[in-house]
Amino acid sequence: MQTFNFDPVELPPAAATLRQEVREFLIEHNAQRSPLARAQSWSGSDPDFSRKMGERGWIGMVWPKKYGGQERTSFERYVLLEEMLVAGAPVGAHWVADRQSGPLLINFGTEAQRQKYLPPVTRGEMFYCIGMSEPDSGSDLASVRTKATKVDGGYLINGRKIWTSGAHTAHTMIALFRTRTNENNRHDGLSQFILDLREPDGTDLKEKNGIFVRPITSMLGEHHFNEVTFEDAFVPDTQLVGSEHNGWSQVMAELAFERSGPERYLSSIQLLLEMIKSLSDNPTAQGHTAIGRLVAHLITLRQMSVSVAGKLNAGEDPALEGSIVKDLGAVFEQEIPTIAQQTFGVEPTLGDGSDLEQVMGFLVQNSVSYSLRGGTREILRGIIARGLGLR
Amino acid sequence: MSEIRTMLAETVNRLLADIVTAEMLTKAEQGDWPEALWRAVEDNGLTMPLVSEKNGGVGCDWLDAMVVLHGAGRYSAPIPLAETILASWLLDRADLQPPMGPMSFASGAENAELQFKAVGTNWQISGTAERVPWGSTVEHLVVLAPMAGELRVGLVKKGCFEVTSSQNMAKEPRDTLVFNNAPVELVGVATGLPDDSGRLFGALLRAIQIGGALERSLHESVLYVNDRTQFGKPIGKFQAVQQNLAQLADEVAAVGAAGTAACAVIDMALKGQAEVDMVFRIAAAKARASEAAGKAASIAHQAHGAFGFTYEHILHFSTRRLWSWRAEYGTGDFWAEKLGQQVVDIGADNLWLHMTATD
Repeated sequence: MQTFNFDPVELPPAAATLRQEVREFLIEHNAQRSPLARAQSWSGSDPDFSRKMGERGWIGMVWPKKYGGQERTSFERYVLLEEMLVAGAPVGAHWVADRQSGPLLINFGTEAQRQKYLPPVTRGEMFYCIGMSEPDSGSDLASVRTKATKVDGGYLINGRKIWTSGAHTAHTMIALFRTRTNENNRHDGLSQFILDLREPDGTDLKEKNGIFVRPITSMLGEHHFNEVTFEDAFVPDTQLVGSEHNGWSQVMAELAFERSGPERYLSSIQLLLEMIKSLSDNPTAQGHTAIGRLVAHLITLRQMSVSVAGKLNAGEDPALEGSIVKDLGAVFEQEIPTIAQQTFGVEPTLGDGSDLEQVMGFLVQNSVSYSLRGGTREILRGIIARGLGLR
Repeated sequence: MSEIRTMLAETVNRLLADIVTAEMLTKAEQGDWPEALWRAVEDNGLTMPLVSEKNGGVGCDWLDAMVVLHGAGRYSAPIPLAETILASWLLDRADLQPPMGPMSFASGAENAELQFKAVGTNWQISGTAERVPWGSTVEHLVVLAPMAGELRVGLVKKGCFEVTSSQNMAKEPRDTLVFNNAPVELVGVATGLPDDSGRLFGALLRAIQIGGALERSLHESVLYVNDRTQFGKPIGKFQAVQQNLAQLADEVAAVGAAGTAACAVIDMALKGQAEVDMVFRIAAAKARASEAAGKAASIAHQAHGAFGFTYEHILHFSTRRLWSWRAEYGTGDFWAEKLGQQVVDIGADNLWLHMTATD
């Protein structure tokens, strides 16, 4: 019989100490931001804020000291993340490097790559973007076609990536390209590369290197995504990450850490907090019931997410449990705006209105993407069905 | 998992899987008392996991006991196993030694008339308790009532109260008991427990049992869709069916986690660790479980098609319990409202602080 274990995890004492430090830091550096700005969650980006976190040793904090890390536990990192997310702190600039690019380089990068590309991340000075999806490759990632063709001393890249968050501001891109075609195995022949997009001082290197970035504006009118075109972009051999043609398994290892973190259920937390504030002013039984139900989900999701963090920390592979957290987390994040509307009967607004109305206006729209990014709902449920033995 | 927890899980699963058959469940619904099943769980030490060793129990914590409660839900065990576990624990909290045999509990916090009375050196109880689970069947009943700022706990023997029988949707006894100066065999005061402990811990029992019944519903659904062939392939190969069962799995996982979160916090509270908020977590667990019960039962039935709608198929033993249990000891909305009030009192700025205080 299929069972799911979400065993309780006892966080180490250092985590509680850190939580207090983070709360104090946030009072100093995040208290002035509006609820609407906080609602951006981990899409909110502020390089100065990242540098301040870097000064505290809070980026790449679990990484080896020789690469600028602090060798702290993954539980401490978890506590840091959830405090930042609940406060709606602008952690977006360093987010992908801290979560997946850094661990990728530590696992598969060369010593020279680690020396060059990790320490500036921990200082909050080098930001990453991830080039995976393509116009014809979304959920079906193995179908990527952008080619890295072997030439003397390196590779020539030709093709196009899409939905690349932050490509216009990032210093570095980790991208997945096709280095050979294997008719019998689509997972074979993919390779990961590090691409320099900007100098450390911010000087743009893209066009010089044959990389062209075009903004894609979201339906909210915001610019996070980009389309990135490579035209004979030259990448030296030294920029290959891990083994040539083995990128698929490296990417899968990277994604395992992407599904169950606190960012997978806390993206709409600012609206829940605004709902609680509004209800304090004008209490109703219906409002209490709606809030209580949401908080019951919140408590449950946190238990699940922390428990999966415990499994990851113990070296287990909780792919199924992680997919469940992300599936339920996105449903939760997406129903909060609807329930806010039902409970308070107010109109979502843009640019004016109460904090509740503005945050609702943002999240009604933005939450659409929460069941798309990082594995769509349908893909996740397919993974769960496989875990149940249905495919 | 701790060693004792693994052992309890193995014991409860082995015993119940062997003994609780569709035939036994059918007979139990017709009023048969499954003595062999009761003997097996009692002889194997499953009825008093929470009772301290000095009072004749095993001295486990709630996370351990959860394994047994979950198993009772998973196999639809037609005996008051969950009720006996709670009743014996309540006696132990009042430092009274629980008797052997099946027990249940009734609480004055939900039945306002139910009151203790001292008569010389003896105690009596009077009043009416409604919808007491297995009230007509059990050998002993534990009665709780707040009295003079304390939570008084008493043990009443079968035959000392009048019984009007009724049932829930799953045909489990839910009886009205009338006490008329009924003699109380043992009496004491439970420490560290709120006045409405009957409803509160009753809600926790049902939340955990719901988790078990959901797991069974998922299991039966997976078996069925892998077996049932239409359009030339098992219906489990259709994506529409897969996506539904994935959502059922989500609910199973969530209810398990919600119960775990509650039990972990109760264990901390009972060890006297800081200000631990049991009500907050139990309310969340029952609200989450009650919501899941309805959603998951309908997915399970949809997966089973018309076969799951027959008495012959075993699925309804789980789903009828789900629909009953989600309402017992407070519906999902009842606990959500209670939790919501508490959240508003805590305030938006302190909610996360409150949630992480028990890490």
